[in-house]
Amino acid sequence: MKRILLAALLALSAAASPPALAVQPDEVLPDPALETRARAISQELRCLVCQNQSIDDSNAPLARDLRLLVRDRLKAGDSDDKVMEYVTDRYGDYVLLRPPFKATTLVLWIGPFAVLLLGAAGTFLFLRGRRGVAAGADTAPLNADERRRLDALLRKDD
Amino acid sequence: MRRLLYLLPFLLFIGVGIAFYLGFERDPRDIPSALIDKPAPTFDLPAIPGQMVQGQPATNGLSSAKLAGDVTLVNVFASWCIPCKAEHPVITRLSREQGVTVFGINYKDKPEDALTWLSRNGNPYAAIGADQDGRVSIDWGVYGVPESYLIDRKGRIRFKHVGPLTPQVVEEQILPMVKHLRQG
Repeated sequence: MKRILLAALLALSAAASPPALAVQPDEVLPDPALETRARAISQELRCLVCQNQSIDDSNAPLARDLRLLVRDRLKAGDSDDKVMEYVTDRYGDYVLLRPPFKATTLVLWIGPFAVLLLGAAGTFLFLRGRRGVAAGADTAPLNADERRRLDALLRKDD
Repeated sequence: MRRLLYLLPFLLFIGVGIAFYLGFERDPRDIPSALIDKPAPTFDLPAIPGQMVQGQPATNGLSSAKLAGDVTLVNVFASWCIPCKAEHPVITRLSREQGVTVFGINYKDKPEDALTWLSRNGNPYAAIGADQDGRVSIDWGVYGVPESYLIDRKGRIRFKHVGPLTPQVVEEQILPMVKHLRQG
């Protein structure tokens, strides 16, 4: 009983505690509106060191430098898009966690839908072909011999 | 004909499989540079504080103005970076024996550590700029040291190598590229 209580307590405390933040207190901008924008931007930018984290999540030194850079750009009066552009000019589209829609990423964006469509078309054709078979060629009437055997079988069932 | 159509999904699957398999060969850390064929960023870095050049305190660091003129290699290094130590003999040979001017960007390093490191391992750099907060390196698109950039005579970045330079990379990529760029 005690153990269950303890486990429940632990689970509860884990759920209640906020997630660990990579953003250090000294990075936070005094202007809450700017800080909110900075957070939103840094969640869109990939940390190039630990590549599956955003710079907002990552503790890598480069991620911190980029967070500070984003904030500096915002303080200098850049729009959100301008800040993104500033970073992609240096690191390429690779830093964007959401790849942009353009010629080189066409396969990435369209691919899954194209495959789905292809599959659907294939299934449709296959099913239509089968229905054609069921409704068409195999419905010749029984000949006399077949009729007799069928009647015999049906009678046996009664 | 119809039978071939049934093979289509299978063939597609094989194709996708091969594409993914080839993907394994790629190093995920090797991110294509956005700056290839673009002019090197404009920057002006001070010398490492306390650095002496021929008995005099170094006055000049490294600036983009120095990059134009000849084909040069810009190498981003730090004393705390272990692979930098590994590539140091390769860089030294490149600058002393193979005739390529190598500039250094000292990335986020303590000046005294950088100077100790240089006096211990030798200084093959024609000039070094100290990038203590790493901002200039961000302009270069640096994401991990060491990184090396080949700059053509017009000051454009033509080639980037991430990670330590090895004799093989120098022989197969750097030197042929230098030769090609000098002619062009």
